[in-house]
Order: sequence, then structure tokens, then C-alpha cells
Amino acid sequence: MIDLELREPAHLVSRKARVYWTVRALPGWLLIGAGEVFGLWGGDAPVGVVAGVAGPTAVIALAHLIVMPQWRYRVHRWEITDGAVYTQAGWFTQERRIAPISRVQTVDTQRGPFEQVFGLSNVTVTTASARGPIKIHALDVAVADHTVGWLTDRAQLSGGDGT
Amino acid sequence: MSVVVGELEDASWHRLSPRMLLIHPVIEIGRALPALVGVFLAGNAQGHGAYWSLIGAAVVAALSLSRWFTTRLRVTPVQVQLRHGLLRRRTITTARDRIRTVDVTSHLLHRMLGLSRVVVGTGTNDRKGEGRIVLDGLTVQAAGVLRDELLQHSPVDVTKRASPTGPGPAPLVELDRRWIRYAPFTLSGVVTGLVIYGFFWRIQGESGVDLTRRGPFRAVADALNRMHTTAAVLVVIGALIVFVAVTSTVGYILAFWNFRVLRHAGGTLQVTRGLITTRATSIERRRLVGTQLSEALLLRTVGAARTLAIATGLRVGRGSERGGEVLLPPAPVAEAERIAALVLDGTPAVTVTLRAHSANAGRRHLTRAIASALIILAGCLLIWLAGASAWFLVIGGAVLVASVPLGLDRYRSLGHALVDGYLVTRFGSLVRRRTVLSCAAVIGWNMKSTFFQRRLGLITLTATTAAGRQGYSVWDIDPHDGLALADAVTPGLLSPFRREPPATSP
Repeated sequence: MIDLELREPAHLVSRKARVYWTVRALPGWLLIGAGEVFGLWGGDAPVGVVAGVAGPTAVIALAHLIVMPQWRYRVHRWEITDGAVYTQAGWFTQERRIAPISRVQTVDTQRGPFEQVFGLSNVTVTTASARGPIKIHALDVAVADHTVGWLTDRAQLSGGDGT
Repeated sequence: MSVVVGELEDASWHRLSPRMLLIHPVIEIGRALPALVGVFLAGNAQGHGAYWSLIGAAVVAALSLSRWFTTRLRVTPVQVQLRHGLLRRRTITTARDRIRTVDVTSHLLHRMLGLSRVVVGTGTNDRKGEGRIVLDGLTVQAAGVLRDELLQHSPVDVTKRASPTGPGPAPLVELDRRWIRYAPFTLSGVVTGLVIYGFFWRIQGESGVDLTRRGPFRAVADALNRMHTTAAVLVVIGALIVFVAVTSTVGYILAFWNFRVLRHAGGTLQVTRGLITTRATSIERRRLVGTQLSEALLLRTVGAARTLAIATGLRVGRGSERGGEVLLPPAPVAEAERIAALVLDGTPAVTVTLRAHSANAGRRHLTRAIASALIILAGCLLIWLAGASAWFLVIGGAVLVASVPLGLDRYRSLGHALVDGYLVTRFGSLVRRRTVLSCAAVIGWNMKSTFFQRRLGLITLTATTAAGRQGYSVWDIDPHDGLALADAVTPGLLSPFRREPPATSP
């Protein structure tokens, strides 16, 4: 983010996030690679063509797997104050989201299979706007649970239907 | 027991009007018609087509009738409940003080039998179509009574109850027949054309019969084949233009005949329109949080625009509710601006001069337009190299030439302002949209920047809201200006995250 007037959110996500992002991105690339190799080889393409397609794919995949998690880890940040939820996410395209606690409608956590292996959890905070859900990715489970409990208490304090 | 006026609010379960037993089969069989025709044509090869399609129609009709028998409605002083489903019973409950909008539609069949379809909009839970209350088949009187009850007597608004006597309100605006001349420029006929095309395509797909080799289609195809290629292309283009112009005009008249906007005593807006299918949408004043002026490129060339309402509970462009947000059909820009301001208590935000964005934003839009055109040109080149007609090169070249004015126009459209408690933002070229959104309706902010935006020092700032499209963006704004704007719209929300004035950045 270039915007220096608005500081970054205070907290980094879990240290395990980098490995987790790498592992999560791996199956997609393996699938693409396998598709290319079997598709071309099975189609009796010359070895040169197979290498010509699979080689660059491997380079891009490797670059993605090395660069993306590091970059992401430097971007992903989150902070919750008494007044607002504030996050920063992304890598190539980055986004900051901010919503007042008083307009929070639901708070929940999701854990996919990879996340369970790494002991990570995502927290999603929704408001009345479909364009406004705030996701905090890759938190340690304990941190996520504590955050959800804290937010749920606060959100109950504010009345109204949040629209 | 079916719903009768006055009996609605006795907290017992009611059926919808039994006249729906006549309507359901007709509508469902109509919907299944392509499949039934397909079965007929395919079955004809074995000589049993008629039987199979009759059996199919009977099954469809029986299923459609079950809808009436399985649907019940209950209105209590605090809730509206709808129970339906044959195999999977569902009960949808909506608190009455959550009701934002009520939409009353009467299709042709409904009108012949004096019925209406009522859709109750609640802001929060109906985004995925769940918890949406659709009452298909109340008598016209019952629908009117229900609408008035739900909107005016909802517990929150009891003090504002409109007096039932006295003259009706004067309309804010009515359809001017001269506006119909803008209809051909809406291109809505293109959609009609695609629907008709899709209908034939489905019949063909399900029956396996090539329609282009039959009857009138064949005659037309033969006639075109006999012509010179250029002449044939010109004839086809001319025919398409005439077709689109005629169907667009017919569509405009069907949708907007008797168009009228009323404002009731409580401030509730009521938009009624339609020639054959009539439709009445009611929007509570406190739910109306903004308006949008939408100018498609062709409409812009003839100085026309349409006005849309931005309200919680009114979703944009979804199924049968599509078009519920229309506050004015394509009409002269001055009229569109007048009505957009009028419904928001005459705010100057609708016509205020906007702040242009930086030259870097201009650079971005020009680069993006040209880059997209180059990709299209490359695609055309590949198609041409693969042996297709040289016309593809002409198309690619035309796109490239058109991209420069398009990019410049996109930049010129960009602008924002904050006036009178309203956030104003405008962008787009093919469809230019100028949005006026009440600051009070803004929930939070999304600040997005791509890699290229960061290099140019730009962000896209989106104000999230529970109304309309759920978020309205200020595109490619300087981060400093964006932060100042967000700060002014939602005071205090961003201040804890501001850097201290004596910047101690590393």
C-alpha cells in the first residue's frame, strides 16, 4: 500500500501462514503440470513441445510458490479496536477494509482441511453490506477464537438492525 | 380459507387466492413449452410425440397445482410468515419492522383474474434469495391493503400513519409520450432478440431438428445466399437494426406505460408502471438512501438518462425483482436529474460539479483501454492467421481506433464530490453512472489497489452499504484525497488508524 497517511493494521497473521499458503497453492500447480504432461505426452507430442510448455509453467509455478507467500505475509495485517475492524490483505492486488464495530452483524470462523493441519483459522466479520465482509486470514486458532469471542460481545452491545 | 380483505391480520393461516389454480398450470406449461415441443418433435419420429408431450404437460400441471395447496400465509401484528413446499416444508418468517419495500406485480393472467403478486423486501437476509417472501396470488384489493398495512402501520412508523381519507397525492412525475423516442437507443431489443434466439435454439437442441432447413427460415437463407456478400451483410445488419429498434420501442411501452411516481403522506414513494403487466413498487422514505443517474453511451448521445433508486431492501437486477429500482425510464437528462433530486428532498448533490481525478488516473484509463484493444487485435490476428475472413482484422483495427476515445471518455467521466451529506461518484463510459449516496448509509470502506494502481499512486475507494449494489466505488482516486473523503463521510472511523502528524515513518 502506498498510502502512508493511513498506517497499516497493527498485527501480523500467524507465522505459519507462509508455509500454509505455499502448501495450499501447490495442488493447483501440480494439477496444471500433470494435465500438461499427460495431455501432451498422451497426445504423442514431441518431447521438445512437452518441455517447451511444461518448463515455463514450472518456472512460473516456482516463482509463484516462492514469491507469493512471502509477499502476502508482508501485506496481510489486521487490527480490531473498540470502534472498528481494520484489515489489509492481498499481494499483487491489495485491499484494506474497514468497518465500524457498531455495524457488525455476524462473526464466524472457517477452517478448511489445510488450515486444520496447520492449526489456522479464518475469521469473517460481516456487516449489512454484501460487499463489506471482512476476512482475517490465517490466524492461530487460539487468537481467532479469542477475537471472535471479543467481537461477539461488542457486537451485541450495539442495537439496531445494522442497516 | 383464502385471503379476504380485512381478514388478513387475524393471525391465522390463510391460503392464497384459489384463482391461482387457473394460473399456475398455464404459466408452468408455458415455461416447459420448449421441452414439450422438443418431446413432440423428437417423439414424432416414432409416431408417439403427441402422447408423450400430453403426459409431460399433465405432470407439469399437477405439480404446479400442488403449489397452491401447499402454500399458507399468516400476518400477525409483528410478523409475516409464509409456509410452502411439497416435499421440503419451509416456513419463512419476517419481522414487520424489517420490511423495507413492497413490490406488487400483476402479469396479464393475474390482471384478467384480478390478482397480484406481492414481493416483500427486507434488507438484510434476502441477498441470497432466502427468507424472501413472495406472495403469488392475492386479490388486487388484498394486495393493496397488505401493502398499506406493511408499510404504513409497521410498529416503528405508527406515528406517521397516513390519514385514509382526503385526496390522493399528486404524482411527482408521469410518463411523457415524447420520451418513447428514446426507446430505440436503449437497445433493450437486443435482449429480446437473444431470448427468441435462445428459445429456437433450445427447441432445436431438444428435438434434434435443424430449423434453418425448414419453411420460412430456409426461404430467407436461400434468398441471402443468392445475393452478393456485401449486399447480404448490409441487409442483415439493416434488418437487425430495425428489429432492435422496434422491439426496444415495444418493450419500452410495455414496461413504462402509465409510468407514475407518487409520494404518500408518510413520505413513501410509490412507482407504478406497465401496459400489460402492471407493477407497483413502494419504497419507504427512510429506506431510500440515494439515487443513480445511468446513461448508456447511445442514450448519452441523444441527451437521455434514466434514474434509479438506491434503497435498502431493493436488490439490483435479480430475477423477477429486476427493474424495481427504476425511478424514471429513459427521459431527457434534465428530467432525470430533477426527479433524482426531488426524491432526496431537492439535494443539490445530484447536479453539483464533480472534482476531476489526477492525470495519472487518465493515464491508467487510456493505457487500459489501448491494452485491452491490443489483446483483442492479437486475438483477431490469430483467427485470421488460422484462415478466417480478413474482416476480423478490420474489426480488430476498429476496436483499437475506438479504444482511444473510450479511454479518454472513461477518464472524463471520473469524478467525486461530497455535498449536503451525500457522497457523489461517477464513472464509466459505455454506461456512465453518477451515484448520489447518503453518508448515513455508508457502513465501511474497501480500499483496493492493484500493482499498477500503486505505481501510479491511485486507489479505488468503495463505500459499502446495505442498499442497491451494496457498494459504490470512487475509482482511481489519489490516496490523500480518498482518505480525506472517507474521513468526511464517516467521521472518526478512520482516525484511530491515521499516522501521527509528525510522521515517524521508517
